[in-house]
Amino acid sequence: MNTANITSSTHPSAQNQEPGSSRLVISMAVAGFISGVIIIAIYMLTFDTIKENKARELREAVFRVLPDVSHMQKLHFVDNKMVVVKSDGMDDEMIFAGYDKDAKFIGYAIQGKAPGFQDTVHILYGYLSSNSNITGMAVLESRETPGLGDKIFKDMDFVSEFINLPMHKDIKAVKKGTKTQENEIDAITGATISSKIVVKIINQAFKKWSPRLPQQGSEPALELSEVKVVKES
Amino acid sequence: MKNDPLKKRDPNLLLQSAPLLRQELTTPAAMKEVWIALLPATAAALWFFGLSALLILITSISGALLTEWVFTDKQKRRFALSDTSAGLTGLLIGLTLPPGLPLWMAFLGGSVSIGLGKVIWGGLGTNIFNPALLGRAFLLGTFPIAMTTWGAAGGPGEFFQLHSSNLALPFMQAQVDSMSAATPLGLMKFEQQGTALWSLFMGNTAGSIGETSALFLLLGGVYLLLRRSIDWRIPTAIFLTAAVFSFIMFLTDGDKYPSPLFTLFSGGLLLGAFFMATDPVTSPLTPKGCWIFGIGVGFLVVLIRLFGGLPEGMLYAILLMNAATPLIDRYTQPRIFGRQA
Amino acid sequence: MATDVSAYEEMIKGLWRDNPVFVQVLGMCPMLAVTNSAINAVVMGLATFFVLVTSSFLVSSFKQWIPKQVRISLYVIIIATFVTVVDYSLLAMLPAIHKELGAFIPLIVANCMILGRQEAFASKHGVKYAVMDAVGMSAGFMIALFSLGAVREILGVGALFGVDLFSANFEPWVIMILPPGGFLTLGLLLLFFNWFTERRRQFLIKVADVDKIAVGVKDNG
Repeated sequence: MNTANITSSTHPSAQNQEPGSSRLVISMAVAGFISGVIIIAIYMLTFDTIKENKARELREAVFRVLPDVSHMQKLHFVDNKMVVVKSDGMDDEMIFAGYDKDAKFIGYAIQGKAPGFQDTVHILYGYLSSNSNITGMAVLESRETPGLGDKIFKDMDFVSEFINLPMHKDIKAVKKGTKTQENEIDAITGATISSKIVVKIINQAFKKWSPRLPQQGSEPALELSEVKVVKES
Repeated sequence: MKNDPLKKRDPNLLLQSAPLLRQELTTPAAMKEVWIALLPATAAALWFFGLSALLILITSISGALLTEWVFTDKQKRRFALSDTSAGLTGLLIGLTLPPGLPLWMAFLGGSVSIGLGKVIWGGLGTNIFNPALLGRAFLLGTFPIAMTTWGAAGGPGEFFQLHSSNLALPFMQAQVDSMSAATPLGLMKFEQQGTALWSLFMGNTAGSIGETSALFLLLGGVYLLLRRSIDWRIPTAIFLTAAVFSFIMFLTDGDKYPSPLFTLFSGGLLLGAFFMATDPVTSPLTPKGCWIFGIGVGFLVVLIRLFGGLPEGMLYAILLMNAATPLIDRYTQPRIFGRQA
Repeated sequence: MATDVSAYEEMIKGLWRDNPVFVQVLGMCPMLAVTNSAINAVVMGLATFFVLVTSSFLVSSFKQWIPKQVRISLYVIIIATFVTVVDYSLLAMLPAIHKELGAFIPLIVANCMILGRQEAFASKHGVKYAVMDAVGMSAGFMIALFSLGAVREILGVGALFGVDLFSANFEPWVIMILPPGGFLTLGLLLLFFNWFTERRRQFLIKVADVDKIAVGVKDNG
C-alpha cells in the first residue's frame, strides 16, 4: 500500500477535532483509488491464465465428446448459414466443428442448456452427421444435487451410454434396467429428473441444429489459425 | 388409591383442590392404548413382509430405546423408559420403513428419531415435530435410494424369505435386491397404472411394512377413536379434505389422477392420519385448531402426491403442519368467558 | 517479555476460548455453504485467513489516519480489495475449486467475523497484536470449517480430501453434503463443544475446591 499517499492527504493532529468533510472525502477517494489500482493490477496479472483455463476446459470437453479430433473451429449461425468465427466469445448460436490431424472434417460438438433440478444444466455433445450418431456427452456446467444429480457426469455408466448412440428419433430416459429400444437411455437410480434433463437437452438441441447443419460434404473447411486441441493423457 | 395419604385422614377434614374429578389418564396408559391399536397393523406387517419386517421393527425399537437410555439423566432413566413412549416411537418409524432396508439404517432411524426428534428438544412433550416422522425424513434424505426400494408383499408361507439387503454390514451398501417392486403410488405417478382397491384394502402390495393394509390400520384407528384416545377431528378432517381434493382432480382427468378411494387407501395416509398426525404433543390443542391441522395435512398430502416430485407426501404434509401447530394454537385460542373477542 | 506472552495469548484465544464459530457463532454463511468437502473448507479457510490477516494489518497500521465517521466504508474497501485479489488468484490457480466455491468467495466481503475483528480489535490495537489476533481468529475459523467439512465429507462421500476411506460398498449419507447436513453437523459440533467446555469448567471447579485454592482458576465458560 502507498503509505505516503495517505499521510499526505490527512493530518494526524486533526484526530481530536471534528474532521472537515473535505478530509473525509479525500480519505475515501485515496482509499478507493489505491483499491482500484490493486484490483486492476490483479485482474491484468491473472487475465491470461483465466482465459487459458476456460479455453482449455472447453477444448477438453470437445475432445471428450468427439474422439480423434485434433483441430476445431467455432461455427456461428447467422443469416441462415454457418460461418466460421474466430472470436473468443461464445453464445447459444455457436457450435464447434472438429477436424482430424489432416484437417479432414469429423463431426460437430453441439451445446445445449435447460433448467435442471437446481440451476441451468449446460451440456456439450458430439454428433456425426454422416451416420447421425452421438459420439459422447459432457456436462459443462451444472449445480445438480451432489451425490445424486451430479451422477449425470460422475456416473461413467450413464455418460458412456451416450457414446455411439444412434439419433434417428428422439431419445428417451427409462428406469434403470428397463432399456429395450436403441433410442432408450437407462436413467440413474435416484436421479431420474436429472437424467431426463440431459436427454431433453439433447433432443432440443438436436431439433434446433439438424436443419441448420450444412449438407454432408459441404462442411466449412478448416481455416488457418484454428484452435488446436491438445490430447490430454 | 390405597396409599393415597389424603384418603387415610378423617373424611371431614379432607381438603382437595380442583380438579376434583380424577382421571386415570396417565402417559403410560395413553401409550398403552396406542400399542394396542397398532397390534393389527403390526401383525399385518409380519404377515406380508415376514422375518424382514420383524427384524426391522426389533432394530428400530432397540435403536430408539438405546438412544433414550444413553441421553437421559441417570436418575430419570427408569422413569423415562417405563412410559414406553420411546419404544412406541421406534415401532412407528419401523412401520414406515421399506421391508428391504438394511437393518443398520433401521437402527439409525430409531436412534435419530429419539435423539434429534425428542431428546434434543427436552424430552417427552417438548418436541415440535413428530419424532418418528423426523427420523424417517432423516433416513429419506440420507439414503434416498435404499428408502425408495420396495419389496413386494409375500404371504405367510414366505415368512422366512429374508430380503438379502436387510443384512448389509453397517455403513455398507445393500446388494441389489431381486425382490424389488414398485408401490401403488409409484405405479400411479410414473406409469399411470392403478392397483386393485381390494389389494390396497387388504395390504398385499409393495410399500412400507406397516402402511399397506388399510383394513388393519382402520381397525386400530377405530379402536383409538372409540377409546377417545385421539381427537376424532384430525383424521376426519384429513380424510375429508384428501377425498374432496383428489375427487376434484379425478374429475378433471381420470386417467392421470387417482380416485379418492385410491388416495385414501394407498401409501401412508391411514397410518399417518391415525397414529402420527394425532400425536398430542405435535398437534393443536383446540377443536378448531384440530380441524385446521387436519385440513392442512389432507390438502398438502394430495398436493405433494399429484404435483410434487415424490410419489408419497404424507411425511412432509404432517411435518409441515407440525411446524404450523404453535401458530394454529395461538390463533384458535378460545375467547375467555365474558371478555370481548 | 510480558508483551510477548500477551501477544501469544491474543493468537491462542481465537483457537478455542473465543473461537469465532464455536463461541462467537460468526461467519455462518461460508460455514454452512462451502463445507461439503474438506478441500473446499480448507481453501475457504485459507482465503479468509489471507483476507483477515492483511486487512487487520492495514487497519491497525493506518488506524490514526482513518476518520471514524467513514471507518466502516474504509474497512469494507480494504476487505473488498483483498477479496478481489483472492477471487482472481483462485480463478487463475485453482479453477476447479473456484467453481465449487462459486459465489461464496466474493461473499467473504460480507463475513461478519472479518469486519468484526477490524472494528473490535485491529482499529484499537497495535500492528503486532492485530496480526496475532487475526492469525488466531482465522486459524480458529479454519479449524471449525475443516472439522465441519471433514465430518460431512467422510459421512457424505466416504472420503477425506477426495481419498476413499472405506471400501467401494460404502453407503454415502447424501443428506450430509446437502444443506441440511451442514445445519445438523454444525449443531452437533456446537453441542459437543459446549458439553466439553462445561465438563472442563466443572472439572476445574472441582480441582480448585479440592486444593482449596479458588483463586487463579480462569472461567472458561
